[in-house]
Amino acid sequence: MIENASALNMVLTGDPVLFSIVLLSLVVSLSAVLFAALIGVPLGALIALTQFRGRGPVVIVLNALMGLPPVVVGLSVFLMLSRSGPLGSLGLLFTPEAMVIAQTVLVTPIIAALARQTIEDLWVEYRDELDAMDVGPALRVRTLIWDARFSLVTALLAGFGRAVAEVGAIIIVGGNIQGFTRTMTTAIALETSKGELQLALGLGIVLLIIVVLINAMAWVARRAGEHFAA
Amino acid sequence: MSIPALGPDIPIRLFEVEVLAGGVTILNRVSVSIGAGAPTILIGANGSGKTTFLRVAMGLIRPSVGSITWGGRETVPPARRAILFQRPVMLRRSVAGNVGYALAVASVPRDQREWRTDELLSLVGLAGLQARPARRLSGGEQQRLALARALARNPSVLFLDEPTANLDPAATRAIEHIVQEVSASGVKIVMATHDLGEARRLAGDIIFLHRGSVIESGPADAFFAAPATDDARRFLAGELLI
Repeated sequence: MIENASALNMVLTGDPVLFSIVLLSLVVSLSAVLFAALIGVPLGALIALTQFRGRGPVVIVLNALMGLPPVVVGLSVFLMLSRSGPLGSLGLLFTPEAMVIAQTVLVTPIIAALARQTIEDLWVEYRDELDAMDVGPALRVRTLIWDARFSLVTALLAGFGRAVAEVGAIIIVGGNIQGFTRTMTTAIALETSKGELQLALGLGIVLLIIVVLINAMAWVARRAGEHFAA
Repeated sequence: MSIPALGPDIPIRLFEVEVLAGGVTILNRVSVSIGAGAPTILIGANGSGKTTFLRVAMGLIRPSVGSITWGGRETVPPARRAILFQRPVMLRRSVAGNVGYALAVASVPRDQREWRTDELLSLVGLAGLQARPARRLSGGEQQRLALARALARNPSVLFLDEPTANLDPAATRAIEHIVQEVSASGVKIVMATHDLGEARRLAGDIIFLHRGSVIESGPADAFFAAPATDDARRFLAGELLI
């Protein structure tokens, strides 16, 4: 009970250690979602709008990759970035950049798969009208992404929720170094195993608040979408 | 109102056009010419090939056999052709956004789009609904918005696929009135309907389709006064043609 109270106190008083951990978590996961969106949305649109051999298997694999286990992603990125790995010379292992890379790998399939489904559904609906207006391929993609924007925001938020809550990938490639690569989830894992429940609980509260906020934003985006897409 | 010069798309000529899909013949050796003037109305029962005919004439479907020319040429991009589908799809944008999009695609300069949008919306009787999400409109309003969107392309030919099929009499009259106005302004109308009353009200020429074949074509007066074939006589008499 005492721990609960002081954990809440840490949150309310803006404890500097806690604040820096929360800030790093948000910067890492938001950057990962940004990069994943820049890769995933065009990739999803491309798969949605083109016919090619083996398209079915590609869609199945993409959907399956939504469930990538974070520790496997962490291990793969670790192997790539470790001293003897192909990208070892970049010296990125155990840095925030490495964590962004790992989470980008984790989130890109989620955003690409959801974007593919959303854009393909809209394409089926719009196809005749856009053909009749003789809309070229580039404008076609822009139109579909723009008109699907509310559903796509939901996809981005789903990706962000996944990234900010995962611990397996970033603890492997980031190393949970205090003041450098320690995020909310890695700190909770560490502090709990040390028996330091106060900081762990404080971070847990913040993480829960963030997750609730993400869902609220997803709900608002969906409502806004329904307004136009009734 | 100034009469726009007839586009390079007129006359539209189909030569021995066949459309096959999955082993089924949808259009069967259709040869017909659509010239300038009063509306050309396609009549025929459901499944007679009206929609496919319009899509071929619009250039959305290539004939499996045969050829089609617009103004004597085989490949003419549909810059001056527009089509109103039977169930038009509203873009997930506002009413004005739907028309503005069509204007932008038709390369209308940005500074002209707003007044052109307002002009088109008042032509179809939707002035004042600019900000409304298009998908919140009623069926009849959506049909009129789709008409405004088609006209935004400043077409020389406008194809309409049963635009009044699901509308009540008041909404039907509104659409027919707009179609007549557009026709009077010099746009060639090619419209499919299975409503004989509507065909009588609008037609300059008739193309009568049955099971994918053109049974009769020619001036509407002659067709309605004295149909030359049994099929046409039975269709006009209201018999079920199967």
